[in-house]
Amino acid sequence: MSGAFTKSMARNIFYGGTVFFFLLFLALSFDTHTQLPKRDMRANITPQIAEGKKLWEVNNCIGCHTLLGEGAYFAPELGNVIVRYGEEGTKAFIQARPKEGIPGRRSMPQFNFTDDQLNAIVAFLKHVNSINTNNWPPNSQG
Amino acid sequence: MQYKSQAVAKPYFIAAIGLFVGQILFGLILGLQYVLGDFLFPAIPFNVARMVHTNLLIVWLLFGFMGGAYYMIPEESETELFSPKLALILFWTFLVAGALTIVGYLLVPYATLAEMTGNNLVETMGREFLEQPLPTKLGIVVVALGFLFNLTMTMLKGKKTAISMVLMIGLWGLAVFFLFSFYNPVNVVLDKFFWWWTVHLWVEGVWELILGSFLAFVLIKTTGVDREVIEKWLYVIVTLTLITGIIGTGHHYFWIGTPEYWQWWGSIFSALEPIPFFAMTVFAFNMVNRRRREHPNKAAVLWALGTGVMAFLGAGVWGFLHTLAPVNYYTHGTQITAAHGHMAFYGAYAMVNLMMISYAMPILRGRAANSNKSQVLEMWSFWLMTVAIVFITLFLTAAGILQVWLQRASDTPLPFMVAQDKIAIFYWMREWAGVFFLIGLIVYIVSFFVGGDEKETA
Repeated sequence: MSGAFTKSMARNIFYGGTVFFFLLFLALSFDTHTQLPKRDMRANITPQIAEGKKLWEVNNCIGCHTLLGEGAYFAPELGNVIVRYGEEGTKAFIQARPKEGIPGRRSMPQFNFTDDQLNAIVAFLKHVNSINTNNWPPNSQG
Repeated sequence: MQYKSQAVAKPYFIAAIGLFVGQILFGLILGLQYVLGDFLFPAIPFNVARMVHTNLLIVWLLFGFMGGAYYMIPEESETELFSPKLALILFWTFLVAGALTIVGYLLVPYATLAEMTGNNLVETMGREFLEQPLPTKLGIVVVALGFLFNLTMTMLKGKKTAISMVLMIGLWGLAVFFLFSFYNPVNVVLDKFFWWWTVHLWVEGVWELILGSFLAFVLIKTTGVDREVIEKWLYVIVTLTLITGIIGTGHHYFWIGTPEYWQWWGSIFSALEPIPFFAMTVFAFNMVNRRRREHPNKAAVLWALGTGVMAFLGAGVWGFLHTLAPVNYYTHGTQITAAHGHMAFYGAYAMVNLMMISYAMPILRGRAANSNKSQVLEMWSFWLMTVAIVFITLFLTAAGILQVWLQRASDTPLPFMVAQDKIAIFYWMREWAGVFFLIGLIVYIVSFFVGGDEKETA
């Protein structure tokens, strides 16, 4: 039995199988890219939203929060925070964080954002909320 | 040691262990911040400690992979390393770049660090695990290319075995897929889509080739089983890895804006991802049972068996637990994910590096194996760390199930922080398990310094 299956056969299956499945993955990825414009709402991306995404990145928000479920699990999901708090509520929350934290509790740092920056962050989060995520998260609590 | 240039592996292994200690210390800080929210705030906020924890993990694993490869390739190729000098230059480059990055995270606010390091030129920072400043990312590319050049040249002038071919494919894949970390479009869906081409295709793709290759190498050396048999197994394992793992990327494409059909592709193929890990476990036990010699390094064999089992449990079983789309709808981005991440990384990648270090380090220090006393301590550290990670995983799983129940599956879902407060007991238990892990790690380090003067008869 085992004599019939040689090392060179195993090697050929490895190379052949890898190439086949990688090409299949590329084909699926290509198909995804033809469908994405209807789902990722790219037509709506403004310079303000782009600025919001940059602020999201350079302040390492993903180090505590999740966005569409990806990130750290220390603080709430923000893909739908606009549903939970509304635009004004979100801005007010970010602005109200005490500089020295809250005794005994987890607290978000105070980033001292300007009004323009806050508007950009909210525009970005609103954009993320508009993405077609197959109805995820299950409810508004994220 | 058969080839004197293998000695370049030694500083890589030492650095790997040093950074591993840092990773665990920051892990304990994070665990405490989960229950004492203001611990070290605002000096070291959670996000900073987490970056240090995860980045140290990645860097020490890379040091381990590089050390292992520098040790293995000359022996497999039956020739000296192309350039030991280049290997040492790259070692210091990588160590200094890594240290500066960590210091940067700790001393400078992240936004300032981004500004200082040219993030405005090419925006790559602020994405999970790829937080490194641009110069560090470029440094990783330079080090990886120099390292691959060195090893490829070594292999070209020597023997090309299946084990070293698989390792080189894994390492080249590692370098190629890292390049996606430079692609960060403003469209967040595209950003996430290609982010996984680095993250998933590393840990559930090419890294498994490195794992399989190291495991095969150590099993040949310690069991004396025929190379033909072991290499055939290796090909079967890495075939299973890539035919499940590549399309398995789809399990990250359920809820990030990508089409529904990924729920089918992702669920089915990633449900098969435990198979290669199971094969690795069977492989390791089989080869050890069929051993033709009693290698004096019992500790290395223990790590080899352990990495198979723990990778299967952590990556395979705990991965499967939440990989089917209807389940993942509820568990996505919860403590279940964290539970899986901890056991998978320890079982697959921490343990395989510790196995390689365990096998190679005594030889690099001029003996076939450590003294019995030293090996006993090392095996104690194996059990302490492994049992600790099992408990960390179980407590996080319990926390995750409750989190899903309270916050996701309930008819009256609770806000995130309310749910977190209710599951705090499990975070405390996880922290205690983490303390045991640290004790295990200390025992591990002590094992390098005891009984060295005793002569092992091999």
